[in-house]
Amino acid sequence: MNDIVSLSIVHAPALIVAFPLLTAFLIPLISKLGDTIRAGFIVVMLGITSFFVGILAWDVFSHGQRLYIFGDTTLVIPVIRILFHVDSMSIFMVVISTILAGVVMMYSFGFMKREDGLDKYYTLLFLLITSIFGMELTGDLFNFFVFLEISCISSAALIAFWVHRAEAFEAAFKYIVLSSIGALFFLFAIGLLYGQYDALNMATLASALSYTYLDKIALVLFVGALALKAGLAPMHMWLPDAYGESPPSVTVMMMGATMACVYGVLRICFTVYGSVFTTLAPAPSIGIGWFIVGLGLLTIFFGVFMAFRQRDIMRLIAFTAVGEIGYIFTGVGVRLASATIDAGNKISYPSYSVVSLQGSVFHIFNDILDVGLLFLVAGAIYYVTKKRVLDDLHGLAHSMKFTTIFFIIGLWAVSGMPPLNGFASKLLLYESTYQLNPIIGVIQILCSILILAVFVKVFYAVFMGPKPDDIVEIQELPYSMLLAMGFFAGMIIFIGLFPEFFLETIVQPATNALLNPAQYITTVMGGV
Amino acid sequence: MLFNAPFIAVVLLIIIGLYCVVFRRNLIKIVIGITIIESGVNLFLITLGYREGGVAPIYTGAPSDVIANTPSSMVLPVPQALTLTSIVIGVAVLALMLSLVIHIYKHYGSLDVRKLRRLKE
Repeated sequence: MNDIVSLSIVHAPALIVAFPLLTAFLIPLISKLGDTIRAGFIVVMLGITSFFVGILAWDVFSHGQRLYIFGDTTLVIPVIRILFHVDSMSIFMVVISTILAGVVMMYSFGFMKREDGLDKYYTLLFLLITSIFGMELTGDLFNFFVFLEISCISSAALIAFWVHRAEAFEAAFKYIVLSSIGALFFLFAIGLLYGQYDALNMATLASALSYTYLDKIALVLFVGALALKAGLAPMHMWLPDAYGESPPSVTVMMMGATMACVYGVLRICFTVYGSVFTTLAPAPSIGIGWFIVGLGLLTIFFGVFMAFRQRDIMRLIAFTAVGEIGYIFTGVGVRLASATIDAGNKISYPSYSVVSLQGSVFHIFNDILDVGLLFLVAGAIYYVTKKRVLDDLHGLAHSMKFTTIFFIIGLWAVSGMPPLNGFASKLLLYESTYQLNPIIGVIQILCSILILAVFVKVFYAVFMGPKPDDIVEIQELPYSMLLAMGFFAGMIIFIGLFPEFFLETIVQPATNALLNPAQYITTVMGGV
Repeated sequence: MLFNAPFIAVVLLIIIGLYCVVFRRNLIKIVIGITIIESGVNLFLITLGYREGGVAPIYTGAPSDVIANTPSSMVLPVPQALTLTSIVIGVAVLALMLSLVIHIYKHYGSLDVRKLRRLKE
């Protein structure tokens, strides 16, 4: 029995990626047997995947990092094999993505029930899940690029799922053009590093990097390409279109892909270039950090102010999602920008910079929960009324009681109000960014209040007012949709009430893994 | 100078492709621009993998004196493998982009990006 457990832990990193991939290609066959069997199959396969995620997470959090080497059991230096490298940060992201995948599937069972072409829908959705897991687990830059392209292809096809809407194709084309150009520049940067160091492995590159002129270009291309995929201003233009036009269940899964790209930025900045930023004398991270802080603040501004102007509820939430991405990047930028050099040319980081990085990492989770819940609620509104423009909606609170409650929880959390989860991570960000420069903290707090204003407006427009008379009898939502939204709402309240628990058990280990590039390198290089 | 010629070609291809994507208004031409960028990046990877006097790393196909005397002149085929993968991915992206263009043409009756303004807000 113990053998089976240890064997499955050893092979878990590969199986976490393999099972969704297998599911994706089996779904067209299983769909021939009927919808119920397909739903059961999806639940079973997701259950198996989450089992592997669970035991791998337990192992990584208690015993440290884990390597999975494809094609062999031992490593030779130089590393030319493909590696999956799991540390606390990767497993933190994988756990989030698993939760997200489960909720999205549950929601899809109800929400997409009346649609055609569901076999293709679930196939693409599982391909997207595969790519998210792959990006988060891999220890190889080229492998990361491959999964980046898989996520690009599957999301573009999913954005255009509602083929009767011309806007959906417009958004999908915009998305695939931008993200494939971004991915190509990512590949170009990989080539720049490979040409100098003969390695594709992140740990090997991190130990060999000497920060030449070409490395600087590669850093800019890496961060630029991933920030484009993550939706950092001024490259955020595709994001509201894509989020607003795709079915809400797809949007929530795409947020997982976006966050995997944020994870890529963290990996590049803190692991691959981490030792350069902590040891090299002129502290190159300061300039980069301020640049990211500036773009992050711009993103918050853009997101919040454009959200004011929107009349389509899904586009409005999409612009809020842009703003939330800005919060994550500001925290990352503050960590990089706060480096100080003392007289002996030694670089040190103040203690608040760790808090700001923790805030960012925590906010990845909270952003997915808050904005995800709002998207699911918007989807529920669309499911019942078939309307998405704010002016056409009113008085839904009369008949959709659960949805109203979920929306209140979502708006409360997304605007960073205590005692919900948005407050927990945003407070970490406010109190740390404030110490680098008060203006950053002030802008963040101000924009949070504006987000509250936006959503109070939406709440009055959609849920208050006279009972809608054109809908004679609003039917109940399917239980699976209520359950999916309820799960997110429950998580929001739970994290909001016990933030310390989450901070200490998963967020702090994840942040420490990022801040310890040396440990990441030694796991692969074996102390060479 | 002669050895740098492929790298100059790479930069030229990427710049031409970017120009095509940014300034052309026909959707098909934008797609062509992306494939030009892709060719540039692939050429870059292949150029990185070129070693003068190198032999393909196939034991049964290499000349026998190379195997006996200088096995190190067999090149590591990683860049070639990367390029092959990238070409395959490129074909998939290209096919998806063109199918999106077909649907856009059905909905809008035009391939001009200036006519695709329904999402402008």
